[in-house]
Amino acid sequence: MTGFPSGSRAQARAWHFGMILAGIGVLAPIVSLLGLAAQGSVEHWAHLLDYVLPDAVGQTLLLLAGVGVLSAGLGVGGAWLVTAYDFPFRRTLSWAMLLPLAVPTYIVAYAYLDILHPIGPVQSALRAVLGYDSPRDFRLPDLRNMPGAIVLLGFVLYPYVYLTTRSMFATQAASLLEAARLLGHGPWSTFFRVAVPMARPAVAVGLSLVLLETLNDIGASEFLGIQTLTVSVYSTWVSRSDLAGAAQIALVMLLLAMLLIAAERHGRRRLRYTGSRRTHPVQARRLRGAAAWAATGLAAWPVLVGFGAPAAYLLVQTGEWLLISGAPSPRLLRAGANTVSVSLAATAVTVGLGLVVAWSARIMQRPPRWLRALPRLATLGYALPGTVLAIGLLFPVMGLERGAALAREALGMAPGELILMGTPIALAAAYTIRFLAISVGSIEAGLTRIPSSIEQAARLLGENVNGTLRRIHLPLLRPALATAALLVFVDSMKELPATLLLRPMNFDTLATWLYGEAARGSYEEGAIAALGIVLAGLIPVILLARMHNRKTA
Amino acid sequence: MLELDHIHLSYPAAGGRLQAVSDLSLSLEGGQIACLLGASGCGKTTVLRAIAGFEPLDEGEIRLAGRVLSTVGGQVEPEHRRVGMMFQDYALFPHLTVAQNVAFGLRRLSAKARAQTVREMLALTDLDGLGNRYPHQLSGGQQQRVALARALAPEPQLLLLDEPFSNLDIDAREKLAFELRDILKAAGRTALLVTHNQAEAFAIADRIGVMQERTLAQWDSPYGLHHHPATPEIAAFIRREALLAQRAQACLRGRPGAPAAA
Repeated sequence: MTGFPSGSRAQARAWHFGMILAGIGVLAPIVSLLGLAAQGSVEHWAHLLDYVLPDAVGQTLLLLAGVGVLSAGLGVGGAWLVTAYDFPFRRTLSWAMLLPLAVPTYIVAYAYLDILHPIGPVQSALRAVLGYDSPRDFRLPDLRNMPGAIVLLGFVLYPYVYLTTRSMFATQAASLLEAARLLGHGPWSTFFRVAVPMARPAVAVGLSLVLLETLNDIGASEFLGIQTLTVSVYSTWVSRSDLAGAAQIALVMLLLAMLLIAAERHGRRRLRYTGSRRTHPVQARRLRGAAAWAATGLAAWPVLVGFGAPAAYLLVQTGEWLLISGAPSPRLLRAGANTVSVSLAATAVTVGLGLVVAWSARIMQRPPRWLRALPRLATLGYALPGTVLAIGLLFPVMGLERGAALAREALGMAPGELILMGTPIALAAAYTIRFLAISVGSIEAGLTRIPSSIEQAARLLGENVNGTLRRIHLPLLRPALATAALLVFVDSMKELPATLLLRPMNFDTLATWLYGEAARGSYEEGAIAALGIVLAGLIPVILLARMHNRKTA
Repeated sequence: MLELDHIHLSYPAAGGRLQAVSDLSLSLEGGQIACLLGASGCGKTTVLRAIAGFEPLDEGEIRLAGRVLSTVGGQVEPEHRRVGMMFQDYALFPHLTVAQNVAFGLRRLSAKARAQTVREMLALTDLDGLGNRYPHQLSGGQQQRVALARALAPEPQLLLLDEPFSNLDIDAREKLAFELRDILKAAGRTALLVTHNQAEAFAIADRIGVMQERTLAQWDSPYGLHHHPATPEIAAFIRREALLAQRAQACLRGRPGAPAAA
């Protein structure tokens, strides 16, 4: 440009270039999905519109609505209970209510199908008590229907709403609630006329996560026999090998996900008007006698249903299996090793890219508008349901494979295996795209705690952009990077829908292993795999609980 | 030494750019301490940031020791300017000790020379024995001196100080202003600081620039400013501040009959 030499400007350009690449990587599956869906003929669309979509969309919307209402009720109710009232075990329950987060939807469905099986422990015990001999004489209503799915999903997903709402109540509520009480409103009236409207933006944020998670779910809906869009995408591609058809359904899902995001943006638009004021915590009202224990029970039962019962069941099953056979089978161990290694690889790439995006956004000076939107764009992946992402990735991945095959041919090499689909690379790429938002979010949160004067000081002391990152920001970001890595790792371990579609032949993760066992109806070692996933899932929950305790202490 | 030549600065705002500084010129001789004085929002910090290389110029030129630092076409990156800065929040690196903070800008020196310079800087700023502490273990005044030592250590041609006393107790400010002047003079540094507090400006500066309406209204010695204010506004500004200071002091001493005590 001019005669001013500078390493920093070139370095900044390299970082921005990396961010643009990350953005392209995230957008590629969406663009290719559009392309794929357009390949399907008009008759195709007509067929879809007549036979597949009405039912699948109807089922999906019903499921979303039911899970939304239930999880909002449990989440807001629970948050209010632990904020406004004091009762035995309140402190314990206030973090324990997060525990169901550790149980993926497909595991809770898997566990309850077995617990409540007609010849399972609960129904057998009930029959013994009531004096019936056989399942033919007495059985509980079947779980495999829409109400069953709504209840199970609602009880493991409510913590998202609980978490956002509770922190809203904890930081914002006190003075407003006191004002309401002074103006003559009782506790119930205060709850409905002040607390609920005030919590709306927080509920919107939590609820959008619940609904995206519901839309993403494949295992639970399939085990419970609900034909959602996700299940339709999967069966259209896997059973009927109809990629264009799968892409068309996936496109409908994508629209639904975008609608959810838009609704969330709309619902939380008032959030920015609150939050900066410092207020004192709510003075909890001490309950006594029966009321106090009723409150304890009320707060405890979502924890028991969403976490306690399935976790206990998995523990018992695992114990029984290990007593009989002594050790898990080599195939299960290999699935475990696969899970850990592919998740680790995805974690390393995701955290690295997250750093590129977050740091690039930090050092942008007077960027053009399109570049400023890029960090947000690179985090779009979290809204993509796993099946949608997988279908979108198939096309670019196959294009790359074809290119690689051509290159090999041109070089006179023998045709080899598929590079991306024959190995877990495509899988790791899907995890990266889907969880990049988590990584960018954690790192950005860490960066905002470092004032910009810190890096300006480093620059004036003679450091360039990269040196500043290395000597100042990386050491200071260590906790944020660790959090990002942990969250991405656990989410990758749990991921099922994209894994089912993108894994190489004969490659199992713990999640797909469990899925296979449940699909075959053989419940042997599935419990061990499920327990492994739940235990890993507990780590971030404990982290969250500790963060919360520090904040309120 | 430092020359600002008709500089214009602006920052992005809703619906276009907002003028922050317009047509400001000044020149500062080597070894002098100057001060930009003005109410908050008058653009004085923006001027400082432009000299440090964090704000591009819309018009004009910035030169230091005959070298062009910023023009409209481009600018020298902050790390190549030989300009030091003490930030309002001190911007000490929280993960480094006091000695490591002071040594941060001395990478080009040998380990031995670096240790020597750090020792000298800590002695100059009266921080002997605190080299192994971390910033959060220090008082506000000590943190301020670490920031000063760190900025002085690489021997910058110009030192910038952004509201150096705003984070300190009011009682400590005047004393520290004299201390700061002694340290800067002892080190023979050229410095430009920014403040909204007249007492600080008059305590420390050889030259004071009064900023009003996004530009320099007067650039003069403290004596000249006090006795020959260039405009009625400056006269009123200086008299009002002096009056307020008198009243505040009277009030603090609890002198009977002081107007504010009534």
